[in-house]
Amino acid sequence: MPDHSTALAHQFDDLEQQHESVSLGMWIFLATEIMFFGGMFLGYSVYRGIYPAAYGEASRHLDVVLGAVNTGVLLSSSLTMALAVQAAQLGGRRTLVLFLIATIALGSVFLGIKGLEYYHKYEEQLIPGSNFHFDGPNAGHAQLFFSFYFVMTGMHALHMIVGIGVMVVLILLTLKGRFSAGYHFPVEISGLYWHFVDIVWVFLFPLLYLVDRS
Amino acid sequence: MSSETIRLYREHYLNCSYGVRSWLLTKDHKRIALLFLISITLFFFLGGAFAVLIRLELLTPQGDLVESETYNKLFTMHGIIMIFFFLIPSIPTVLGNFLLPMMIGARDLAFPRLNLLSWYIFSLGGLFTLGAVISGGVDTGWTFYTPYSSTYANTHVIATAVGIFITGFSSILTGLNFIVTTHKMRAPGLTWFRLPLFVWSNYATALIMVLGTPVIAITLLLVGIERGFHVGIFDPKLGGDPLLFQHLFWFYSHPAVYIMILPGMGVISELVTCFSRKRIFGYEFVAFASLAIAVLGFLVWGHHMFVSGQSPYAGMIFSFLSFLVAIPSAVKVFNWTATLYKGSISFDAPMLYALGFIGLFTVGGLTGLFLATLAVDVHVTDTYFVVAHFHYIMVGGMVMAYLGGIHFWWPKISGKLYPETWARFAALVVFVGFNLTFFPQFILGYLGMPRRYHAYPPEFQVLNVMSTAGASILAVGYLLPMAYLVWSMRYGKAATDNPWDATGLEWQTPSPPPTENFADTPVVTWEAYDYGAKEDKEKEPQVA
Repeated sequence: MPDHSTALAHQFDDLEQQHESVSLGMWIFLATEIMFFGGMFLGYSVYRGIYPAAYGEASRHLDVVLGAVNTGVLLSSSLTMALAVQAAQLGGRRTLVLFLIATIALGSVFLGIKGLEYYHKYEEQLIPGSNFHFDGPNAGHAQLFFSFYFVMTGMHALHMIVGIGVMVVLILLTLKGRFSAGYHFPVEISGLYWHFVDIVWVFLFPLLYLVDRS
Repeated sequence: MSSETIRLYREHYLNCSYGVRSWLLTKDHKRIALLFLISITLFFFLGGAFAVLIRLELLTPQGDLVESETYNKLFTMHGIIMIFFFLIPSIPTVLGNFLLPMMIGARDLAFPRLNLLSWYIFSLGGLFTLGAVISGGVDTGWTFYTPYSSTYANTHVIATAVGIFITGFSSILTGLNFIVTTHKMRAPGLTWFRLPLFVWSNYATALIMVLGTPVIAITLLLVGIERGFHVGIFDPKLGGDPLLFQHLFWFYSHPAVYIMILPGMGVISELVTCFSRKRIFGYEFVAFASLAIAVLGFLVWGHHMFVSGQSPYAGMIFSFLSFLVAIPSAVKVFNWTATLYKGSISFDAPMLYALGFIGLFTVGGLTGLFLATLAVDVHVTDTYFVVAHFHYIMVGGMVMAYLGGIHFWWPKISGKLYPETWARFAALVVFVGFNLTFFPQFILGYLGMPRRYHAYPPEFQVLNVMSTAGASILAVGYLLPMAYLVWSMRYGKAATDNPWDATGLEWQTPSPPPTENFADTPVVTWEAYDYGAKEDKEKEPQVA
């Protein structure tokens, strides 16, 4: 993170070097995130390979309509984020703030719908643990599916909450007049992060909701 | 060069400001390195205390000093503290933090605040783990194998796992900082192939930290979730696969072995060249060997699972790939040895550690080949042969390199000279104590003594007594540097800027360096390890 009191931090020679360093740092951070989610994707895939029938059956208990709506909401938030970055590049503070607010709003809608889905799962007794209830011979394997469903979507939601926090900070900084057409890379790298979180969902949606819906 | 009077009153990173705040809020990579030095030294002696108790218990064949449950906790906490809180952070966070910016002619790492945050995260994770230790400890072995860790163990698994999870982010941030710094902060003229090999090996280490650590983080998180919320993830009762845990665990924890040894190799490259007064033999090979070890290290985790019931074909492939790691490792050993050839060698304390490293690492590496061989591994799996093997790499290798490095750069870090005679004596004590501790364990293991038991058949006692005797010598060898290095901070002779007459940008700054490291950004026009040229002619002024 750059020093906000003066745009150029003391260890760098010029803004260009600082900009390159910060964005390389963000890309490396995203690489670590891929490995982090990768562990869960691996676990999911291994069990999916061993128990395809149970995974299909469990997956049909997810609400594909809400999932699809949420996918649309999240992709729209990526669009508003991209527009926010463009506004920052052009130096338009007002539009930047508006697009950041739009991104926060869409992100919150996503989290709200996700919460609704979690509540449905709670009512249907599909939350893994002692209250888990699933009819049929595949109950154990289905519980594995739901463990991964909750861990993966939960981790994803956690990343979105962090992202929304970052947006709030960006709005405050914009209102203080910290960004200009010449200095806006905090907006850019926050955008990278937000797009990454979206892309994770783009993989989660088909794997969890559409895995056996033919 | 400043005159002696000016030197005495010069401002440097240690005396530029005083008070606890100026240390706890510092963004100077050199001060953060010292914060890490203090933290990991504490953990080293705590982990060492557990090792002492283990060796005392094994003095006699009966389990008379501690109960078997307590013994399980002792070896678990020894492993967890030494691996996650000493070996993994040791050289990168102390020497790497201190030296990397100076070696590349930069004022600081790319992200000084992240660097400080890294120390706070490390301390927080350490406190969690310490809390778990104090409130009764953990007994799963440092490997946390499921379903024992997730279902059956009655000890503080979650607190320990959370501690390691948190500490992992410290590792990730350090790695991220090193990669960006090496890419973007090098001084003008300092091309990749002019970098000191210490930088190359820390770069390779950083790659593993960044790509491997997130996997152990999510794995321990999954264990914690399974244990805390009683949901099945690795639970065989629900059809879960405990082997999946082992795969995920070793996917990080084998590369972590290279996190622990690669920075040590970087230190050895610096020491061997300086004390042989020769350019390193085959610079490019040593540099690329670091990267090769980092990459291959990600492909060999299955050799920890030869007897776990994984597919025999997977076992064969992992065995083959594990042999491949021997190639870049051997390249390094041969190149260090070739560097010694016809060098004008001086046996100062850092060089004694370096020579010790080369010998012990070779023993550790070659016995690694025994273990990579499927059939032999079946015979020695979970015996003291394995224990001896990895201690030859981790203690004989990494700790020797760490101590060698601390001695070598001590004049730069503290501005004082350590007492050379004591240091040479301590290096010898460490070498003798180490071999007496761990060589008998190769024999014990080959004869069939299993690891992780607090009692053993009486015929193994002689070798165990030797090992315990060695451990007490080793303990003296570790306490000595602790004592005389602290002593030297107050009473040691003032060090000159370049007491070893070494090349490398870090020796062109005053000792101790000023906060900004260099008055002017250096411009590099020479190759690394320019020792031959240096002896021929005095170098022209190197600061542009």
